[in-house]
Amino acid sequence: MNEQTTRRGRIRIDGLEEHLSSDRADGDRTDADRPGDHRDASDRQMAAANTRPSATSASTGRSTLTPRDGTSARTVHSRSRLEESWRRFRSNRTALFGLAIVAVLSAVAIVARPVEFSTMGYTITLQPFSLAPYDPNELSVGPPNAGPSLAHPFGTDWAGRDLFSRVLVGGRYSLSIGALAVALALCVGIPLGAIAGYVGGWLDEAIMRIVDMLYAFPFLVLAIAIVAIVGQGYWNVVFALVVTGWLTYARLLRGEVLSIVETDYVAASRALGTPHRTILARHVVPNAVAPVIVQATLNVGSVVTAAAALGFLGLGLEPGTAEWGAMLAQGRSALLRGNWHVTVFPGAAIFLFVLAINLVGDGLTDALGSRDGRERRGR
Amino acid sequence: MSIIRYTLRRALTAVPVLLGATAITFSFVYLTPGDPVDVLVGFDHVDPETRAALRAEYNLDRPLWQQYLLWLGDVVTFEFGESPITGRDVGETVASRLPHTVALGVASWTLSLAIGVPLGILAAIKQGQPADEASRIAALVGIATPNFWLGLVLLFVFAVHLGWVRVTPPDAPLVSLEMAWFVILPTVTLATALAAIVTRLMRSSMRRELDREYVRAARARGLRERTVILKHVLRNASTAVVTVAGLQIAFLVDGAVVVEHVFSWPGMGQLLVESIGRRDVSVVQASVLLIAVATVAANLLVDVAYAIIDPRIRHDR
Repeated sequence: MNEQTTRRGRIRIDGLEEHLSSDRADGDRTDADRPGDHRDASDRQMAAANTRPSATSASTGRSTLTPRDGTSARTVHSRSRLEESWRRFRSNRTALFGLAIVAVLSAVAIVARPVEFSTMGYTITLQPFSLAPYDPNELSVGPPNAGPSLAHPFGTDWAGRDLFSRVLVGGRYSLSIGALAVALALCVGIPLGAIAGYVGGWLDEAIMRIVDMLYAFPFLVLAIAIVAIVGQGYWNVVFALVVTGWLTYARLLRGEVLSIVETDYVAASRALGTPHRTILARHVVPNAVAPVIVQATLNVGSVVTAAAALGFLGLGLEPGTAEWGAMLAQGRSALLRGNWHVTVFPGAAIFLFVLAINLVGDGLTDALGSRDGRERRGR
Repeated sequence: MSIIRYTLRRALTAVPVLLGATAITFSFVYLTPGDPVDVLVGFDHVDPETRAALRAEYNLDRPLWQQYLLWLGDVVTFEFGESPITGRDVGETVASRLPHTVALGVASWTLSLAIGVPLGILAAIKQGQPADEASRIAALVGIATPNFWLGLVLLFVFAVHLGWVRVTPPDAPLVSLEMAWFVILPTVTLATALAAIVTRLMRSSMRRELDREYVRAARARGLRERTVILKHVLRNASTAVVTVAGLQIAFLVDGAVVVEHVFSWPGMGQLLVESIGRRDVSVVQASVLLIAVATVAANLLVDVAYAIIDPRIRHDR
């Protein structure tokens, strides 16, 4: 932690390191750095005192006066920061393990069945592999409700569909919903949160009141209500999860932006007449976004769980879809008749994915030095 | 600022939130595809005269804001009218389900705190030791396990396989031995993820306190570690418990919806899902609104409790 702020001869954006390191100081697992806290604090002060004039001109100053130099200074800086985070992430074995699981599950979902794209009579095969032995929706490929066997490693469901194939293909729904819903929610939450924090005033008030109102409803209850209104289906589920998901990011980013707007480098940038849009996009948001990224990563897990929960309640994708949650919904009655395999395997898939995402999220928390990334949705 | 003034001020901020929540809930009728009259008659076919009569009767011909205010007036007095689908009074239906959810929620809440708080403290004290690592893994597993799946697995093991409990709730009053026996599984299911979150938050808050100067000072004075932890650290870390308890409420409701479905527990969540299946918008509105009000009220209580424990909060805002 000390190394990255002081022992590198790289260009400092004044206030940035202060911001990051103060975050780290109260993070979840910074305990290893504890003895260094004092030194770090005094280092920071010294570094700030030494570099303030030069740093300001080196980074923010140049970026407006001579754009080419400015951008190169900025990229050097941000690359080294990214590299630093990546180095820390890489040295975290559990996080890498999580990342590997996520990668394998995603790859398996992609190669589960061939991906074909047909248009105007032509069929373009984007991905020819087929890991799944059967079509997930083909009925009676084996005896109904058969337990695991060599022919059907996960057994079959009540309609004789091959569960192994269904679990593999089911990853397509769950993982893509998770990724899409979080990405779209970030696209809504980041701009709104940034504007609310940067502009302030009535705009801030309005955006945050909307956030508060939606926060009055628990996450899943709101998603259920939205799906109840707009109906079932893939995009409706994504929509419901976006509407419920952006709140966290907006609120989190706004808080970060509020503290960054106070910093000297933003003041300097303003004084130099940099347009607000540039300040916001170039200086404020990139420095504020780390905790949002951590939260978003962790949220991929909860969004996948929520999508599965909707499917389980019969409100997500159409019943019968090879989605993990929807498979569990059918599994309940099978389970009561003693056919455990129908529920165990789809559930284990969700568990594995969410566990892996949490490992990655924890690794990111440490690597990016974000504030308590574990703090989930609350008020 | 006195605590009463703080409470009042905090309560005032809840008013616009509640108004917004009611407006959102009110809009369900209009956002549902089809005409509000369709919703009223349960999507049956009716002749135009009846439609017009219903429109007049339910004030659907008035401007939207008037309808909202009229509806709000009814809602405040807990008058939701009759469900067009089941013909039963909506308020009564909801009220009859409420105790089940509250019972399940309180039981899970207590259990999760009873597990999570000591575990989090232990992990913080034994930082880096096997006990800490074990609790970290346990918490990770707890967070990653989908509650509906856990419920199904427990149901399979203890109800289907071992036959210790019934698959569906017994036909007994809520406060009875049979019910208490049955509610164990849903409680454990719901409490698992919560306990995991409590453990992690408790641990990080304890660690934060343990790094403070006063702890070093207390140790330097030669106090026993036990005294330092119990008398000083724990007292200061207790604000975290309140935060945790507050954070849980929304989480608890979300979990309850799913867990009730797994165990056929006749609570609010199950009612919500059933009503969506029946397209009974009035019941959906009533239950969602009640959940929202409960959440807002609970958060208010948490903030006030927080201000009582930590007086600095009162001056912060």
